[in-house]
Formats: sequence, structure tokens, C-alpha cells
Amino acid sequence: MAAENKGKQGKITVKNLGKQYDAADEKKHMLFSKNINPDAIFQDDEEHYVLKGVNLTIEEGEFHIFLGASGCGKSTLLNIIAGFLDKTEGSVLLDGKEITKPGPDRGVVFQNADSAIFPWLTVYKNVEYGLKMQHVEKDRRKKIVENAIELVGLWEHKKKYPSELSGGMKQRVQIARSIASNPEILIMDEPFGALDAQTRRILQDELISIWQKTKKTILFVTHDLQEAVYLGEKISIFSAAPNANIAAKVTVPFAYPRNLNDGEVAEFTRGVHESLDKAMNAHGDKVIDKSAIAGRGFLCGS
Amino acid sequence: MEHLKTAVKKGFKFFVKSGIAAWVILLIIWQTASGFTLPEFLPGPVQTLQGLKEVIESGVLLEDIAISMQRVVIGWVKGLLIAIPTGLLVGRFQVVKWLVEPFVNFFRFVPAIGFLSLFLMWFGVGEESKLVLITYATVFPVVINTVAGVAGIDPVKYQAAESLGATKVQSFFTVTVPAAVPGIFTGIRLGLSSAIISIVSAEMLAANSGIGYLIYTSRLYYRTDWIFVGIVTLGLLGFLADKLLRKIGSTMFKHYGIVNQ
Ligand SMILES: Nc1ncnc2c1ncn2[C@@H]1O[C@H](COP(=O)(O)OP(=O)(O)OP(=O)(O)O)[C@@H](O)[C@H]1O
Ligand SMILES: [Mg+2]
Repeated sequence: MAAENKGKQGKITVKNLGKQYDAADEKKHMLFSKNINPDAIFQDDEEHYVLKGVNLTIEEGEFHIFLGASGCGKSTLLNIIAGFLDKTEGSVLLDGKEITKPGPDRGVVFQNADSAIFPWLTVYKNVEYGLKMQHVEKDRRKKIVENAIELVGLWEHKKKYPSELSGGMKQRVQIARSIASNPEILIMDEPFGALDAQTRRILQDELISIWQKTKKTILFVTHDLQEAVYLGEKISIFSAAPNANIAAKVTVPFAYPRNLNDGEVAEFTRGVHESLDKAMNAHGDKVIDKSAIAGRGFLCGS
Repeated sequence: MEHLKTAVKKGFKFFVKSGIAAWVILLIIWQTASGFTLPEFLPGPVQTLQGLKEVIESGVLLEDIAISMQRVVIGWVKGLLIAIPTGLLVGRFQVVKWLVEPFVNFFRFVPAIGFLSLFLMWFGVGEESKLVLITYATVFPVVINTVAGVAGIDPVKYQAAESLGATKVQSFFTVTVPAAVPGIFTGIRLGLSSAIISIVSAEMLAANSGIGYLIYTSRLYYRTDWIFVGIVTLGLLGFLADKLLRKIGSTMFKHYGIVNQ
């Protein structure tokens, strides 16, 4: 696989990426956003990298999962790809061009729909927002918005305000809003993390169908193993921070829709679980023993 | 019997909760206290009502209310027009904040009445100086609350706007402004009460009409009851104006996160 990809441009190419936050900022962030005591993790005040030496290629049309423990830097990498965060070193390319700022070529679906969608706009206006900002002319705008709303199944609710929608519907609004700008890739950071199990399953199925219809490249973060195996074509497993990178890359060899209770799928999921456990105990400088999982035939090499 | 008991209980609870009880208690204390003094010193509720009848019948009160409210509204709206854009810019752009905030933090401690003589010198004894005074009093609460409203905006909203193709200018108008509405609205309300409060200072000197004028000059005729009429009117006007404003806000800006508490 690695040999095949040589010379060929991925949709997204990450080379030797490193990210360092300001040490004081990071400590604060850990305390207040993640409820972790930073002193338990860092012995000294020395500057360190959250991500270090990350290499990754994502092919056009791929459904790609980032899987890893809390705090390993999945969101950090995603935010760099989205253009919200500056990297410290290395390069991140979209279609061969360096990413420097956010743009409508990368649609973002945020974890918390309440903070991401605009409560003062109706469903319709929320979906229309990006097109308006990009000065898409009226007739075309109308067509695109209607299609996007139809695609996520919110047609009956298009005149409602976000306060009148359920959590799952709000995430649909976010998806439709991003899709409307016809982005190259769709970036999703634990978009279903706050939903109940049943709604989550429904939205997962819908997302697969949207992906199959639109053929978008999807980058999806989760720390839910089941979700990763249910959705992903490729799974990148992160090692633990500091100096986190991608410890293993896995191809999921099952057709959609998948049945997680199926013997083979369950066996596969156990394998991913093991590599996740290994990755969590590994840091970038201590590369995990890949041979153990390579034997199972699903490791695709890094 | 049981029904009657619960009904009485309910009625009593409403009586206390709605604030009516507080007013009744105040009226009783007021009436009792006035019994020990001369009406020129402390007129009771009954005398005040008689005074009220006088000023209503002579048409003075309505005229005063009209003129004061006109001053309040004009001065207040001018203040909003200055303060809301200022607050939005201060809240959104760090450079503007550094340039403007020191003044805000200094002058907000200087009450409008402190500028009374200055404004009279600068703007003359006509309407202008009174309106400037009311505007001045309005500006600070509105700026401060607008800035707080902008500061409270979830950064994810800006990220969403940018990744949907919004420029900085577009995101100012489509995210900053609407998302700051609850803060702005709190400012508008506090600004109004501040404007109403300052009407007394504005009409204290060099005025020949208005509620403030009524309060200030009744002293010269020993009509303490008229002073009380003025005070009660002012409180009532403020109360009603705020209620109206809240009603308007919670219907017009329902989806902007304003609730009518
Ligand atoms: N804005 C920030 N400023 C400073 N440090 C940050 C910031 N965002 C994240 N960090 C730190 O970087 C590290 C990685 O955080 P990140 O949010 O990327 O992890 P994650 O894998 O997305 O975790 P989770 O599963 O909890 O979402 C953590 O130590 C975190 O405290
Ligand atoms: Mg995260």
C-alpha cells in the first residue's frame, strides 16, 4: 500500500507535523477543559510537543477515522487541518497546497452543535449562511440549500429555529450547512459524542449514506472504538501525548452497512482495541511493536 | 373547608410574591410615620394623592411627564447610537479595546451630575445640555454590557463562520452583532434606567418644565406632596418603561437568547 501511494498526491498530506502549545496555556487548558491535573503528566515546565512527527496521507473520497485516547491531540490535528490553529513544524497540504487558514473547501462539523449553529437563524438560513457569505447568486443558492436540507432529512423542519430542534437534528443542520458549500473534505470532531445511543446509530447510518451519495472525503474523530469500526474505511490510531503521532493505520475490510455483532467484525474490533491499548501506552519516541497486530492482516503500514 | 384553606393560602402567596405585600407594608409605614409630622415635612399617601389630583387637574403633571420622557428618549437613543457600535468594536477588536477602554474605566466613575456645570457652560442652558447629560449617563452601562456580550461569544461561532467562507468584516456583522444581542439588550435596559435617573440632574438647573423640575422646585413652595408625586411618578415611569422594553425584547429577539425574566 505504501509503495502504491508513492508519488501519488493524497487529498490531504501531513508531513512531519509537530505542534507545541504555549506551556502555560496548555496547563490551563488541561485543568479547565479536560479536568486533568497537568502536574501529574509534566514533571517540569519544559516546553514539549503535543504532536510530533505526524505523517499521514488521506485519499480522495476516503472515510478516515482518527481514533485515540482523550488528550492525545486528535482535535489539535483536526484544528490544524481546518486552519484554526497554526502548526509548529512540518507541513499540511490539501490538494498539494499548504493549509494556512480556514476556508469553505474544508467543511467543519463541530462536536457541540449548540455553540456551532446560529440560534438566531432558521434551519434554512443556517444552511444558506455559507453560500451567502460566498456571494452565490440567489437561484443557485436556493437549489443548493434545498438539496442539502433534503439530504439530511430536515425538509419538514426547515422553517424552525435551532431551539426547536433535538440534538440529532442540530447535528444534521451542521452537516447540511457544511455540505452546501461543496467542500473538498468534511471534518468532524466527535460529532455524535453528545447524542444518545439510538440517535447516534441513526446519524451514523445517515452519514454513511451521505458519504456514499456525495463521495466526499471525510475526516472523523472519535474515541469510540465501535463507532470507528462501524464508519471508517481507514483508521489512524494515535499514541498518547506528549509527542503523540499516529501509531498504527488500519484498513477496515468490511462492506457497508456493517454489523458489529458479526463474528468477523467483532474479532476485528478486538484487534483494533488491542492496538489502541498498545498505542495509548506508547509515545512517539517508543514506536509500538507493529508485528503483533500486523499478523492479523489489517495493518496497512505507516 | 379544605378548598377554602388552600385557596386562601394560594391567594396569600400571590399577595406576597407579586410584590403587592411589600407596597402595602410601605404605604402603612408611610402613612403612620406621616401622622407624627407636619405635611410640609412628610406628607402621607393620602396628602400625596391630593397633591396628585391637583397637578393632574392643572395639567402640569402630564406636561412634565411628556417633556421629561421626550428628553429621556432622545438622550437615551443618542446614547445607544454611540454606545452600541463602540461596545461592539471594543469587544471585537483588541486595538480598539486598548484605545478606548481606559476612558470607559475612568469616566464611568464620574456621574453625569458631575458634568452638570461643564455641560451648561459648553452647551448653554437650552435643551442641548440636558440631552448631552442624559446621553452621557446612558453610554457607560450600554458600552460595558455590549463589550461583555461580545466577550461571551463562543469562539466556535467565529470558526464556523470562517470555515463557511465569511471574511472578518462579514463575521463581524453576521456573528458578533447578533450573538451580542443579549448583552446589548441588558445594556439598553440599564441605559434606560440610568437615563431616567439622570433626568432629575438634567432638569435641576436651567429648566422650567419636567418631572425633575417639579421635584426640584416644589421645595420652594413648601409643596412636599408634589415632590412625592414627582418621585413616585419617576419610579413608576421607569418601572413601566422597563417592563415594556423587556416585553419588546423578549418577543423581537426571542431567538437571540433573550428571556423575559
Ligand atoms: N487551545 C489549547 N491551548 C493549549 N493547550 C491545548 C489547547 N487545545 C488542546 N490543548 C492541549 O493539547 C493536548 C491535546 O488536546 P486535544 O484537544 O487535541 O486532544 P483530543 O485528542 O482531541 O482529546 P479529546 O478526546 O478529549 O477531545 C491536551 O494536553 C490539551 O490540554
Ligand atoms: Mg478533541
